[in-house]
Amino acid sequence: MKTAAELAAAVASGEVSAAEVTAAHLERIAAVDGQVRAFLHVAEDAAAQAEAIDGKRAAGEPLGPLAGVPVAVKDLFATVGMPTTCGSKILQGWLPPYESTVTRRLRDAGAVLIGKTNMDEFAMGSSTENSRFGPSRNPWDLGKVPGGSSGGSAAAVAAYEAPLALGTDTGGSIRQPAAVCGIVGTKPTYGGSSRYGVVAFASSLDTPGPFGRTVLDAALLHEAMSGHDPLDSTSIDAPVPPVVEAARHGDVAGLRIGVVTEFSGDGYQPGVMARFTEAVELLESLGAKVTEISCPHFKYALPAYYLIAPSEASSNLARFDGMRYGLRAGSGSAEEVMAQTRAAGFGAEVKRRIILGTYALSSGYYDAYYGKAQQVRTLIIQDFDAAFGQVDVLVSPVTPTTAFRLGERVDDPMAMYLADLCTIPADLAGNAAISVPCGLADEDGLPAGLQVMAPPLADDRLYRVAAAVEAAFTRRWGHPLLAEAKGLKGLSSQ
Amino acid sequence: MTVTYEEALQRYEPVFGLETHVELGTRTKMFCGCGTAFGAEPNSQVCPVCLGLPGSLPVVNRVAIEYTIKIGLALNCTIASWCRFARKNYFYPDMPKNFQISQYDEPLCTDGYLDVAVGGKTVRVGIERVHLEEDTGKSLHIGGATGRIQGAEYSLVDYNRAGIPLVEIVTKPVPGTGLAAPEVARAYVTELRDVLRALGVSDVRMEEGSLRCDVNTSIAPRGSGEWGTRTETKNVNSLRSVERAVRSEITRQAAVLDSGGRVIQETRHFHEDTGVTTSGRSKEEAQDYRYFPEPDLVPVAPDDAWVKSIAASLPELPSARRARLIESWSLSELEFEALRNAGALDVVEATVARGASPADARKWWLGELARRANDAGTEVSSLPITPAQVARISELVAAGTLNDRLAREVIEGVLAGEGSPDDVVAARGLAVVSDDGALLAAVDAAIAGNPDVAARIRGGRVQAAGVLVGAVMKATRGKADAARVRELIMERVSS
Repeated sequence: MKTAAELAAAVASGEVSAAEVTAAHLERIAAVDGQVRAFLHVAEDAAAQAEAIDGKRAAGEPLGPLAGVPVAVKDLFATVGMPTTCGSKILQGWLPPYESTVTRRLRDAGAVLIGKTNMDEFAMGSSTENSRFGPSRNPWDLGKVPGGSSGGSAAAVAAYEAPLALGTDTGGSIRQPAAVCGIVGTKPTYGGSSRYGVVAFASSLDTPGPFGRTVLDAALLHEAMSGHDPLDSTSIDAPVPPVVEAARHGDVAGLRIGVVTEFSGDGYQPGVMARFTEAVELLESLGAKVTEISCPHFKYALPAYYLIAPSEASSNLARFDGMRYGLRAGSGSAEEVMAQTRAAGFGAEVKRRIILGTYALSSGYYDAYYGKAQQVRTLIIQDFDAAFGQVDVLVSPVTPTTAFRLGERVDDPMAMYLADLCTIPADLAGNAAISVPCGLADEDGLPAGLQVMAPPLADDRLYRVAAAVEAAFTRRWGHPLLAEAKGLKGLSSQ
Repeated sequence: MTVTYEEALQRYEPVFGLETHVELGTRTKMFCGCGTAFGAEPNSQVCPVCLGLPGSLPVVNRVAIEYTIKIGLALNCTIASWCRFARKNYFYPDMPKNFQISQYDEPLCTDGYLDVAVGGKTVRVGIERVHLEEDTGKSLHIGGATGRIQGAEYSLVDYNRAGIPLVEIVTKPVPGTGLAAPEVARAYVTELRDVLRALGVSDVRMEEGSLRCDVNTSIAPRGSGEWGTRTETKNVNSLRSVERAVRSEITRQAAVLDSGGRVIQETRHFHEDTGVTTSGRSKEEAQDYRYFPEPDLVPVAPDDAWVKSIAASLPELPSARRARLIESWSLSELEFEALRNAGALDVVEATVARGASPADARKWWLGELARRANDAGTEVSSLPITPAQVARISELVAAGTLNDRLAREVIEGVLAGEGSPDDVVAARGLAVVSDDGALLAAVDAAIAGNPDVAARIRGGRVQAAGVLVGAVMKATRGKADAARVRELIMERVSS
């Protein structure tokens, strides 16, 4: 199977047509998605999109950097012609009348939007089990979760149903599924990729980002989707960091790397820590200068996140009331219809967080909860500032464990929340961070990820480090990590 | 138990305050590019942003910020160097997102004042804050008797208004105005409306809802040194209603206190037809709006240079204009009020600018033209005659070409669309007869026809000449210059 970079080159050179590439992926989806369940919707016009690209090529028109490359889209990007459900009954069947900036940019870059992927309802969860349309499966082991909330996107890429996929990261929703599916996933700098047309979970945290099977593929998507958007006031008006260039030149010689000391100990799976330690040693062997860095306030990141994100969500999700679009349940007064619609339309985790956020913002509690959490957020930013005064990037495991069994944590929200322990600080600070595969845990043979974190707008550093790690590990293993996915072979034989 | 207003004021001291919402006259909405025209087809001026569609995001309209700063500066406020929008969360079908983007503890403008002239005295009304927010959609309740939601069969929502920039101007409590409280409240809204109009930031049409008032009123026993519990009266939709609402609340609250009751802190509705207020939602069950900083927007930080350039571009404000005109036209306060109340300030000033004396300009606009406007049921400024034309008529009178009666005929002609004053004079042959030859025949005829009068004049009864002047004027159908006629009569009688 070709990478996205190879596919783009092959389409551009005419070695293969976009229609052929798309057809192959549609076939793959048809063959395996009954088991993986990565997609909520497959684009009916995928072939037509591909033919349009071939037409442009035939007419000698310039092709975009992703011409003919299928991209799977997390089902919270507004897409014209495809429903956008956010994994929720409350938006089931909603056809957006407008296009998100990111997907519009991808269409302009020649990508074929091949379908919409499954996710935890409104991006709230770490396993896709909160999807109201059933969970996705981890292609490494169909009994395991693919992570979340962008689990459908990660599973689609890992299962070769798409070479690239879009996700969003609010507390780790790109990096954690990337890690447990053994692929690459990036949370760009907050404001580096537009949120316009991305259904909001927590506005101050939500960051669209790429999934790919290789570091270069992720960088290609990262670059194509990014850049200033006047429709998003929080979008940064600065050039896109040179991520593709960095991904082509992995190099850590002389780079100062800090290992976050807070992310180890109880709750961390030994096999995950072993792979992480190995990755750090690898970086050192490649010429990086590794030091330990303490970020003392990171231990408060999880509680702060679970006040800030639900608070914003409680307000962002207020608009789903049955009055204008989506589900409308019950009868009677407007108030009764709103209440019944929300009762029927939202799942348990979404309700839990709306209640949590409503409480945290309430008069008399605001200062103690939302206000205090914002203060913690400032302290975490200061921890990062201090750390980046000493090192160029920080590293840690992506998530404390490998993929867990379906159903294992559904009745234990706290256990579920811990999956994002290591990824949340970068979200709270708006930093850039990447997850790159670093091997398989000995206990279960499932992938573990290395997290690299960089200061805002230094996204290129992530790719420089990740590309070096990827190249060195691939040399050591003799093949990409995904080649070891036994579950994938099972899928292929179907 | 009923109490008259005067009785109430003998025992109680009122305090009032006003919250005024003003729709800004920006071309586009507060957070999107949709148009803002009033009266458009329902739901025709909407987009994903002002409909609050999932995934849409707001972008601040810079002109709305500029207008708000203008208002703040005109109201002598401090302009924040950094402030944020906040979300005000509550559920209502006319709110597309079920939160309103507003400002909470960080308003753009704070701590100013507006001087208001009432009955020749100036009252300084403190301004607490001026902040910017988005308007909601408009609900239409169908099937009920009252047009209110109670008893309606179903409701329709028009989101054209959703997202139109709305400025809220909140006064500090205004104590110490006593009997004049309702009048001061009205004068404040009038002055505020004039300021906003002068700034050109809103069309300030109360009847179209582009300026809406909530009135807070409380009373306390005279000399108690305390303030009473206040009520908030909504639906106050005209200047007259402002005055009536304050008066009605003072009287109602006095009756409540007189009968040993207690005023409840609540929202009340003003009824235009009856002039009374009725209880609305009680504040005791008020909602918790869960304000928090709007995370979809970045802070607003107007830099000093921008604020200074806005300040430098402010037009002359009504208070300054008042002082200037009173001074330069030697007007009394009451004469100025008369001009302003007639809506004639602009036209009179323009007429003076074209050469008429202030006294003449006022005379024509407040006299003949005001009468004709009144007959036509319109404003003087809407009459089909320009200040330049009025100035020309005034000039013709001063030159003796027209007298007042002829001038009124010229006005009639201009209003009837017969062209410029000079056109009308020419076409109707209205010029004063100033040719002595033509007049002498008429003078001689008058003397001959009234020998007794001529004799009396010769006998020293000079005032008897009026009879002869009248006769000459009648004979010339009013076109003679009366002063010249009198001179000729005196000459001929004594020769």
